[in-house]
Amino acid sequence: MTFFLITSAIKVLVVVNLILVGVALLTLLERRVCAWMQDRLGPNRVGPQGLLQPAADGLKNFLKEETSPALADKALFTLAPVVSFVPAMLTFGVIPFAAPLPTKWGVVPMVVADLPVGFLYILAISSLGVYGIVLAGWASNNKYALLGGLRASAQMISYEIALGMSTVAVLLLAGNVTLSHVIAQQQAAHAWFIVPLSVSFVIFFISALAETNRLPFDLPEAEGELIAGYHTEYSAMKFSMFYIAEYSNMVTASALMATLFFGGWDIPFTTWDSTGDPSALKTVATLLAFSLKTFAFLFTYIWVRWTLPRFRYDQLMALGWKVLLPLALLYITLLAVAIWFVRIQLGWDYGTRMAWALGGLNLVLLIALVWWLDRGRIVSGSMPQEAA
Amino acid sequence: MAIGVKVMKRPTQQTSYLRATLKGMALTFSHLLRPKVTMQYPEEKSSKDWTLSSRWRGTHRMLTDEQGRAKCVACGLCPQICPANCIKLVPGEDEEGHRYPLIYEIDEFRCIFCGYCQEVCPEEAIHVGVHYENSEYSRDRFVYDLERLTAQTHPVSTLWDPSDPKGE
Repeated sequence: MTFFLITSAIKVLVVVNLILVGVALLTLLERRVCAWMQDRLGPNRVGPQGLLQPAADGLKNFLKEETSPALADKALFTLAPVVSFVPAMLTFGVIPFAAPLPTKWGVVPMVVADLPVGFLYILAISSLGVYGIVLAGWASNNKYALLGGLRASAQMISYEIALGMSTVAVLLLAGNVTLSHVIAQQQAAHAWFIVPLSVSFVIFFISALAETNRLPFDLPEAEGELIAGYHTEYSAMKFSMFYIAEYSNMVTASALMATLFFGGWDIPFTTWDSTGDPSALKTVATLLAFSLKTFAFLFTYIWVRWTLPRFRYDQLMALGWKVLLPLALLYITLLAVAIWFVRIQLGWDYGTRMAWALGGLNLVLLIALVWWLDRGRIVSGSMPQEAA
Repeated sequence: MAIGVKVMKRPTQQTSYLRATLKGMALTFSHLLRPKVTMQYPEEKSSKDWTLSSRWRGTHRMLTDEQGRAKCVACGLCPQICPANCIKLVPGEDEEGHRYPLIYEIDEFRCIFCGYCQEVCPEEAIHVGVHYENSEYSRDRFVYDLERLTAQTHPVSTLWDPSDPKGE
C-alpha cells in the first residue's frame, strides 16, 4: 500500500510536469512549424533554436497585468480558467505511457492510474472542459466571448457523440475499456487497431480536432470573426491557463489516438517489449515509442492547422450531425455484425488473422467512404440551392 | 443551410474536399523543407536575394579633398533647393578668397531624403548615403554638423540616372 502510494505520487508529479513542459515546447513547435510552412524561421532568438522562448512567454504572462472587466461576473470569471485547466490535466492519468518498470521493491506499471473504466474516464473528464469555456464566455459579459462560448458548447457536445461512437468500435473489438488491456490486445495480435478499425480512426481523428477546438474547427476562438472568442477578456496567467488547457487537451487526444489505434507504447515488428521480464531498458524504449507516436499526431495537428481554412458554422454542425454521427452508427452496426460473424460463425479469436480480415472489410468501407465524400456534396454549401 | 448564401454550381473535381485537402497538406509540407527567406537582421544585413540599392538615399555624407577639408564651397545651392529646409549654411571666406562653410548643419529629422542637395551640388561635396542605421540616445544628436558629416564612411548614393533609368 505504501509502495503504491509513493509510486503513484511520484508518477503524478512526473507526469504533470512532463505534460506542462511538453505543452510549453509544443507552443514553440507550433510557432516554428507554422513559420517553416510559411518559409520563415520562427522564434529562434531566446536560447538555442528558441528553446527558451516558452520560458520567456511564461515569464511574460506571470508579470503581465491582470485585467478584469468591470461588468464581468468576478467569481465565475476567475473560476473558468481553472475549470478548463484541471480536466485537461486530469485526463492523461489513465493513459499507459511505457512498459512496466521493475524496481527493487516491485514492478511499477507506467500509468498514473490503471482505472478499470479506462477511457470512459477520459470521455467523462474531457467533457467537463467545455464548462470552463462556456463559463468564460458567459462570465466575461462580452458579446464576442459569449458567442465563442455558445459555439464551443454546441461544437464540443456535438462532436463528443461522434467521438464516443467511434470508440465504441474499439470496445467491441477489445471487449474492455481499460487502456492497458487495449494495448495488450493489440500487442498480442501483432496488429494495431488501426488495421481492423481504420474507419473508426478517421472519425475519431476528425472529432478529436473538433473536441480540442483546433483548426479547421476552431470556431470558439475564430480570431477573424470573434476576436479571440471565449478568452477575449482574459489576460496574463488566466489566459495562459486556457492556452495550456488547449494544448494539453491536444497532447491527451494525440496520446489517446496512439493508445487506441496505434498500439500505445508497443514497438512494432517485435515482441521483445511486451513479453518476458520487465526491464528498465524496455521501459525507456517503449516510452520513446509512445512519445514518437504521440508526437506524430501532435505534428499532424499543427500541420492541419496551418493548411486548412476554418469551417463555416453550419458546415461544422452539418459535418458533425449529418456525416460523422450516422457514419459512426452505421460503422458500429457493420462492425458488430462482422465481429459476430467472425467470432461465432467462424469461431476465431482476436488475433492477426481476424485483425487483417476486419482490415479488409475496413479497406472496402474506406474506399466507399472516400468515393462518397469525394462527390463534393457532403459539406453543405457546396450544394446548389433549391429554387426558392 | 444559412439563409440566402449563394453557391456556385461547380464540377465535381472542383468541389472535392478530400483532393483539395490532401493537395494542400502536401503543399504545406513541401514548404516546411524549402529554404527560408528570413534574413537574420543584426547578423546578416544582406543576402543573395536582397541588398540595399546603390540608389538608396540615407543619411548624408560630406566628401573631402586631399587635405581632408570639406569639398564644400558654401555656394548656398543646397539650402536653397532643400524642400524641407533642413540645411543650415553660414559661408565664410579665407584670405585667398576661397569660400568655405563656417557652419554646415543638416537636421536629419527634418530631412526628407529627396537627394536634391546631392543633385544640385556643383562640387560633388554633399551626398546622401547608402546607410540606414541611425539610432541615437537624444534628439539633438540628429543635427549633423560639418565634422560629423565629413567623418561618415558609408558609401554614397548613385541617385537615379535619367540616361540609364533602370540602373543597368
